[in-house]
Amino acid sequence: MARPAGDINAGSMADIAFLLLIFFLVTTTMDVETGIQRRLPPMPDENQQTEVEQINKRNIMVVLINSSDRLFARGQEMHITMLKDKVKEFLTNPANLPDMPEKREKEIEGFGTTMVSRAVVSLQNHRGTSYNAYIQVQNELVKAFNEVRDEFAMQHFGKKYDSLEEDQQRIVRDAVPLNLSEREPSEVKSRRR
Amino acid sequence: MAKFKTKTGKELKPLNTASLPDIVFMLLFFFMISVSFRQTERVVTVRLPEATEIAKLDRKDLASYINIGTPIPAYQGQYGTDARIQLNDSFSTIEDIRDFIAASRESMPEGDRPLMTIALKVDENVHMGIVTDVKQELRRTSALKIMYSTRRKAEQHNF
Repeated sequence: MARPAGDINAGSMADIAFLLLIFFLVTTTMDVETGIQRRLPPMPDENQQTEVEQINKRNIMVVLINSSDRLFARGQEMHITMLKDKVKEFLTNPANLPDMPEKREKEIEGFGTTMVSRAVVSLQNHRGTSYNAYIQVQNELVKAFNEVRDEFAMQHFGKKYDSLEEDQQRIVRDAVPLNLSEREPSEVKSRRR
Repeated sequence: MAKFKTKTGKELKPLNTASLPDIVFMLLFFFMISVSFRQTERVVTVRLPEATEIAKLDRKDLASYINIGTPIPAYQGQYGTDARIQLNDSFSTIEDIRDFIAASRESMPEGDRPLMTIALKVDENVHMGIVTDVKQELRRTSALKIMYSTRRKAEQHNF
């Protein structure tokens, strides 16, 4: 009665599998989410009178993007390609100029004392500034900080910041803090002329 | 004189393809596992700006997305062409962000909540005003870890 079961012809199996494979190949989006990561400052408590930390004028660099996407750094108009070098010079202050940021000795755990610049970069933008201009400036500022960190890491550990051990990265972060602040929007509004 | 030998003795055997399906299935399973279908439908057009100093988002499951851009043409009759905020699948206002953040916090495991990242996918032509408002609202809800989503730009050599 029962016929001996013959072998199933599996020759087309590969074709079917290929078909499915190609479907998934086409639909897969292997995009990795990338971007500039930042941390926002916490909202100041409204009831609490916050003391405004007085920052010496020489220690602050105001980077302003106005509503027509023009860039001003320390009151001087400049092109975006020049911003990075200007910020790097400001952060390191190689010639110890009196109108550039001062440096203070700081004890860093596991490293010893080193001179840490008290520089603060303050980014200000207008409500009409385009997002693209804002991101380009953010990018240049982050690049300046990263290069200063890389230089510090190169000088003391002989490696770039990214390839350092976690503990060494912490030392570099302490030695070159990312002091990048953004002005409270309300202040910008009231200062609009 | 060159001599051409005709191989008469050996017959060329057909290539054994019996293991081909196995290999293809292996590839297939790899892609099936790695595939992630897009969960939300975009109702605003977003063309991300380019940047070089970018970091990868290492925990995709801990990210919430806020899209800001002009509505897609199908919705322009209803919503106009001004930049709008999209949360989940729909147009939203600044006031909705608080609930959105609370809901995404709720859906995450307790221990991972401080690591939540808000990815801002903002069109490059949007004005900063709306972005500033969103950032202020995020500060109010203390969702402080943010990421400006950007595309990778090929490293330019200036001059």
